[in-house]
Amino acid sequence: MNAVPRLHLESGRVVLTGPWRLANMLPELPELQQQLQNCVPAAATWDLAALDCLDSAAAVLLWRTWGNAWPADLHVSPLHRQVIERVAASPMAVAAPARQRFHPVEALGHLLLQALSHAQGMVVMFGQLLLDLLHLLRHPGDLPWREFSANIYKAGAQALPVTALVGFLIGVTISYLSALQLRSFGADIFIVNILGISIIRELGPVLVAVLVAGRSGSAMTAQIGVMRVTEEIDALSTMGVSRSLRVVLPKILGLTVAMPLIVLWTSAIALLGGMVAAMLQLDLSLLYFFDNLPRAVPVANLYIGLAKGLVFGFAIALVACHFGLRVKPDTESLSANTTRAVVTAITSVILADALFAIFTRHVGVPSL
Amino acid sequence: MSQPPVIELRGISTRFGSQIVHRDLDLRVDPGQILGLVGGSGSGKTTLLREMLGLVQPSAGSVRLFDVDLALADGPSQRMVRRRLGMLFQQGALFSALSVYDNIAFPLRELRCLDEDWIRRLVYLKLDMVELSPEHARLMPAELSGGMVKRVALARALALEPELLLLDEPTAGLDPDRSQNFVDLVGALQQALGLTVVMVTHDLRTLSSLASHIAVLADQHLVACGPKADVMAVDHPFISGFFGNDRRKLL
Repeated sequence: MNAVPRLHLESGRVVLTGPWRLANMLPELPELQQQLQNCVPAAATWDLAALDCLDSAAAVLLWRTWGNAWPADLHVSPLHRQVIERVAASPMAVAAPARQRFHPVEALGHLLLQALSHAQGMVVMFGQLLLDLLHLLRHPGDLPWREFSANIYKAGAQALPVTALVGFLIGVTISYLSALQLRSFGADIFIVNILGISIIRELGPVLVAVLVAGRSGSAMTAQIGVMRVTEEIDALSTMGVSRSLRVVLPKILGLTVAMPLIVLWTSAIALLGGMVAAMLQLDLSLLYFFDNLPRAVPVANLYIGLAKGLVFGFAIALVACHFGLRVKPDTESLSANTTRAVVTAITSVILADALFAIFTRHVGVPSL
Repeated sequence: MSQPPVIELRGISTRFGSQIVHRDLDLRVDPGQILGLVGGSGSGKTTLLREMLGLVQPSAGSVRLFDVDLALADGPSQRMVRRRLGMLFQQGALFSALSVYDNIAFPLRELRCLDEDWIRRLVYLKLDMVELSPEHARLMPAELSGGMVKRVALARALALEPELLLLDEPTAGLDPDRSQNFVDLVGALQQALGLTVVMVTHDLRTLSSLASHIAVLADQHLVACGPKADVMAVDHPFISGFFGNDRRKLL
């Protein structure tokens, strides 16, 4: 490695010695290029016979120095001549494909078409799901119980600790902040109403949906995506196993069933957190809280919360599976689709929440 | 030979959990050799190759590449060693987010010394070497056939003009014509550059026409290692079974 490529000029004759290969050239590359350039006008003869070795990077360098043509007088061993011949014969650059100019209208239309195609894909998936359910009604034996229970465990049971932690902390925060306000009006006891309605009806379901979209939604997209990359999905279909029945349906059904349960659990823990904070901050006893909760919060709110959980779970799983099946076999597409799945899932959850708020505006409001 | 060996394995042992793959294995590869590494499925050929690259740490023993112990070397000298070798992975291991052109240009760009024109010429040269046309440069790895992936991967492995080329099943997935061309290409490079090649292969034709030395991996160590003719003469059940009746033809 200590040897370096050398060249010297002696009366119109350029003599190259040493190992002319990329690794050896690297340390002194700029100088070497400069020297070669300086030689060009003066040199009539190029003597490469004393070279130790010549690799294609060095051959390209020489060929460039010679201006893409053979020098008039060249001494080189047949072996090295072959290397240079390869360079000489190699096709010159191919024109790069014309870069498309950015048109705002075109980009907007493209975006719209893409959104439409995603909407269509999800409608198709929903229809396929209904057909599969119909099929399962006729052939209950085909229900993929194992995948179904595995999904409930993964998306539901394993999510309990993190949702509990987040729910508890949110309960404490809301209770603490409202307690400060309520006390200044002397309206301490309304903490029960505020906590009950906000958590059971609104915060519980949305909080869980955001957590689950990040946790289980991304996992579903990534799993289906990798199954596509590794051709496992194709392997399933060659065995005559329906991918929608075995891969998509258990995920959607599993999350749809699991979500209301997680919502119930998280809302309960969040209320507990709120109660504890109220007890410490406002000296409201737990017993008082329990007594007044049913009166302050009509039970319809609980049903709305659970229904939201059901719909959100369905939406998250549907979006996740849709984007998973759109993954193309490269890493870029996998990451892009996972990101898109989570963002779309959370957005559609908020959208559905807004619809819920509008259509249930007369339901479950406590009459004072 | 006065030159130090390119690869020197000493007392290599590898175990995954309770499963022992290699036991006290020694191997020496001198400059200019083309070593064919053969062995049954699951005998740890690829693992041995990965240990040579420093991707897997052996449970015991030392690996020296170009007289540098990769496990003990510091960052810069490790990088220096890695620049001097090229690896062809079994599945190609192309960067799926980059086009064929960018895949081959990647190691060259990482040097941060070459200008774009030089890189472009080198990329098309390498593509030409592995018999791909310049139009293929624009494709993404996902759009390539299995054999093309292999050839692009070889072009990438050759991009840095390595002194040591490690090939994992280079001709698997190539048609016989192409694999003969591949053998000719590596043979020509070896002659021109004094390349050292270590290849894992099951293809007897590749082995017979390319390899100067053969190492046979069986029963957790090398049962035979040396010049092709010597290895063929060794009487071992695996060697007889592997080369079968072709023994004489191979010589």
